Amino acid sequence: MNGAGLPLWAAWIVVLLTVTGAGFALTGALGLIRLRTFYERVHAPTLGATLGMALILCGSMLLLSLIEERLVLRDALIGLFFTVTTPVTLLLLARTAAHRDRFEGNPDAPPEGH
Amino acid sequence: MNSVTILDWGLGLAQGMLVLAMALAAWRMLRGPRAQDRILGLDTFYLNGMLAIVVHGMRTGSGLYFEAALIIGMIGFTATVALAKFLMQGEVIQ
Amino acid sequence: MSRILPHPLLSAALTLTWLLLNAPPTPGNVLLALVVGLTVPAVMGALEPRRVRLRAPATLARLAILVLYDMIRSNIDVARVILGLRSGERKTGFVTVPLELREPVGLTILAVILTATPGTLWVQYDSDTGCLLLHVLDYTEDSAWERRIKDRYERPLMEIFA
Repeated sequence: MNGAGLPLWAAWIVVLLTVTGAGFALTGALGLIRLRTFYERVHAPTLGATLGMALILCGSMLLLSLIEERLVLRDALIGLFFTVTTPVTLLLLARTAAHRDRFEGNPDAPPEGH
Repeated sequence: MNSVTILDWGLGLAQGMLVLAMALAAWRMLRGPRAQDRILGLDTFYLNGMLAIVVHGMRTGSGLYFEAALIIGMIGFTATVALAKFLMQGEVIQ
Repeated sequence: MSRILPHPLLSAALTLTWLLLNAPPTPGNVLLALVVGLTVPAVMGALEPRRVRLRAPATLARLAILVLYDMIRSNIDVARVILGLRSGERKTGFVTVPLELREPVGLTILAVILTATPGTLWVQYDSDTGCLLLHVLDYTEDSAWERRIKDRYERPLMEIFA
């Protein structure tokens, strides 16, 4: 553990950002359990993939920048990568579920016509 | 109370919350009920694991965990896409 | 211009990514980043990436701020739904939105925006009819979502990728 030379306010901001972000990620995972149908559940992990991840990465960038005493923006690449990939993942999953539900004739299946 | 204590406890709490999130995702992955629910659980599991590694990197102050987090994210994305495609068509490469 | 820099946006993105990964930017790193940014797009010509032309940068900036605000607000909304703090009856279901946007890059960015704001999920897009099937976690009125997506996101995107 390092960060001995860190000012107190910076430590509080980093902890606040990280814990709030982790709280959003945890809420998202909780939604995976609590929501009833599959299509509702797909919404839940986006909480962790958007605001949860953004807050944690902001905390990480702030902490590393203060420790190394220069601007460290490397973690923004993780954010960029996940922002681009999450839509692909969820879109494919939703389409797969829609395809399967329609094929099996489930009442939950999304409407076919346009 | 100095900044080291605050960081240690605060980041430890965040890590614990992320591990709990991983446990919830794993429950959905094992429980189902359908294949798409399991894939969704796996994707959430990967995401929260990646975030837990980022927080662990913050605790140790080492830059090495950045690469680990990025690679876990890439593997998770590839795995989820491959599994979803497999469910849709029954084959991964077409 | 076009022969040396066939894809200026791609070159800029690659150079920036290289510099972010290899911080701090020493002269050697900057030189390597420029080499990567200039050569890779030229090699990628074989893949025929689509030329993207951005218009109306002011609209782009305004859209970015709007999406950031919507992301935070809808995150809190969905968190309230999950934690059971939202009172009253919640309706969830599918919404079909007829889109006029046809530009593939614009549609990609619309998909990223809709995923970045939890509560809306892109299920299917029919490129023949231009109809987008969405799943909405919490909707009050049927037409409100359609109007919201068309006015807030689609119109600025059509201006940017005109």
